[in-house]
Amino acid sequence: MRMFLTGNHAAAYGAKLSRPQVIAAYPITPQSPIYEKISEWDGQGALGARMMRVESEHSAMAASISASLTGARTFTATASQGIALMHELLHFASGMRVPIVMVNVNRSLAAPWSFWSEQTDSLSQRDTGWLKFYVADNQETLDTVIQAFKISETVFLPTMVVLEAFYISHFMEPVEVPDQKLVDDFLPPFEPAFRLDTDNPAAFSQTVTQSQYAQFRIQRHQAMEDALEVAGEVDMEYQKAFGRGYGLLESYRLEDAETVLVTAGTIGCTARVAIDELREEGKKVGMLRIRLFRPFPKEQLITSLRHAKKIAVIERNLSPGQEGIFCEELKSALYSRVNGIPVCGFVLGLGGTNVSPLHIKKVFAITEQMNEAPLKPILNIEDEDAFGI
Amino acid sequence: MLSEYEYRDNLYPGHMACAGCGEVLGLKLVLQAVGEKAMAVVLPSCLGIILGPFPYTTFKIPVFHAAFETAASSAAGISNALLAQGDEETQVVALAGDGGTADIGFQALSGAADRDENIIYCCFDNEAYMNTGIQSSSSTPQLAWTTTTPLGKSLKKKNMVEIMGAHKIPYAASACSCFPDDLRRKISEAKKLKGTKYIHILSPCPTGWRFPARLTPNVGRLAVETKYYPLYEIRNGQEYTITHHPKNLPVENYLLAQGRFKHLTKKDLEGIQKEVDARWGELTRRANKK
Ligand SMILES: Cc1ncc(C[n+]2csc(CCOP(=O)(O)OP(=O)(O)O)c2C)c(N)n1
Ligand code: SF4
Repeated sequence: MRMFLTGNHAAAYGAKLSRPQVIAAYPITPQSPIYEKISEWDGQGALGARMMRVESEHSAMAASISASLTGARTFTATASQGIALMHELLHFASGMRVPIVMVNVNRSLAAPWSFWSEQTDSLSQRDTGWLKFYVADNQETLDTVIQAFKISETVFLPTMVVLEAFYISHFMEPVEVPDQKLVDDFLPPFEPAFRLDTDNPAAFSQTVTQSQYAQFRIQRHQAMEDALEVAGEVDMEYQKAFGRGYGLLESYRLEDAETVLVTAGTIGCTARVAIDELREEGKKVGMLRIRLFRPFPKEQLITSLRHAKKIAVIERNLSPGQEGIFCEELKSALYSRVNGIPVCGFVLGLGGTNVSPLHIKKVFAITEQMNEAPLKPILNIEDEDAFGI
Repeated sequence: MLSEYEYRDNLYPGHMACAGCGEVLGLKLVLQAVGEKAMAVVLPSCLGIILGPFPYTTFKIPVFHAAFETAASSAAGISNALLAQGDEETQVVALAGDGGTADIGFQALSGAADRDENIIYCCFDNEAYMNTGIQSSSSTPQLAWTTTTPLGKSLKKKNMVEIMGAHKIPYAASACSCFPDDLRRKISEAKKLKGTKYIHILSPCPTGWRFPARLTPNVGRLAVETKYYPLYEIRNGQEYTITHHPKNLPVENYLLAQGRFKHLTKKDLEGIQKEVDARWGELTRRANKK
């Protein structure tokens, strides 16, 4: 059914269609409408899951982990301070190999207080062992939530679906909401081989020796590596069943592109517009949008970027004293495989400031003139003289 | 004569508690009373050590060794997940130390009690962070020595039973691992009720309290018989019942049996006696109010 939905409601529909059994949540702007929509369904007796209106995100994640250990499918959603508060348990969740799906609505972290889009909240959780999808619009939000359950339950790792505050969360778009039957066929009930079970008692997450710990860590890493293939297969399967697929990376007008923009999230949508306009002017520009950030699709990135002459990265996050996190990761993926392409990191749109097609065009212009990758992130493109354009 | 409970021991032998541990004694009693159709959450604490290292377990029931501050939230997650899967029978017990309960896990516990989650929460109170080496917690009594209060703790002990009673949960009780029948009866009571049940179990710790391991039962009984630690229960936040009538021994019998109080002066002891009498007066007033 075609509906006019905000990104938050698209996420809520994606979750409901996946038939979770336990949903634990705590409100935070801009995630609250997800929690409210799910509560509304709960009130109507239409949810089919048990809701836990917990007293903190920390408890939401703790309850999700233990609920999942009993074999229940679990969903939660958070943002910003909430995901930061969960940090300890995000490591715990992946260590327990529980396939929780969580939506994180990207929001700037305090201090100072701010409520707008920024990716640092989820990227700070980079090493927690969660799969991470960065989506670009409302339809992709809904579809990715459903895909996430299937991927997670195959590799036994939790997945974060990340959407940007307001640009997606509160923005309305037409969204195709699939039939329950189709989703049921695509996503069978969760049946883990190991679970808390009184007929088969076992202890979960005891203390281990040094070498046991090392083995568990390596296993988790291997599961993450397997997830790359699984995520690709699930996306293709989804495409077959629902007619929509996204790939792990989105390539836009990339074939003969000489200057390529690498980005994630909604900036990717804006970039399509800018690229179309530049193409009309005869510029060979294209885009690669990172949809799956963990596991990082390195090989695909390298293959896609092999023929680029110059690369620009635009992102809404900054690691103080270093640069944008996507840029850093991209450089590390390209290092020693694809040499000599300058990668110019632009940190734009911090705190939810707008990144317009004009900004993107300017980024292309600056990058085209760049012969060497700057060592520092470019934080301001308003000063045209500095770039000689 | 063995009671009905002794036939179902849910703790394997060979655990790693210290000799004379009052906490493992309490744990054994709780697991007996809770039965086989149960799942447990334990935390980093002496309980986590007693549980044993991977791949062994001393528990005969399924158990999840969760993050330190999540006894209540993890237990609530299990209980909701079981209900979501149609299981109304399995008991979910949270087993935590006093630090995990009164300090770092307090918010999660208060939240779970507020939502009246269907769990039995047992706090094993050895009156300090023992697993990390006898540091003071909010449940450490006033004037007690710990490694972080070398001159004796200046602040008072937090009263968790009253705090949980004030949440108006169906059942909050104090118990002691040295009063086995009373403790097991309280667990059995809790099993009959839906909602959040809180049982605070004083667990004498020879290692941290500085007394010889063979004296654990005596120390625990003295805590109760001196009225220092009364055994009682609160239903729905208002109906108080004293479940053991103490012999009213002088408080110094209890305190001076332990190295952690050996520095107390006569004046200190008199002060504590006065306070204990006043607290007992208040408790009996509430219990007689019915
Ligand atoms: C967030 C966090 N902080 C600190 C610790 C370290 N820690 C593990 S056990 C423990 C003490 C437990 O004390 P208590 O709850 O009183 O139980 P006991 O050891 O006395 O049985 C501490 C501080 C931890 N595991 N997690
Ligand atoms: S330190 Fe105390 S509570 Fe912990 S195992 Fe030893 S005796 Fe028991």
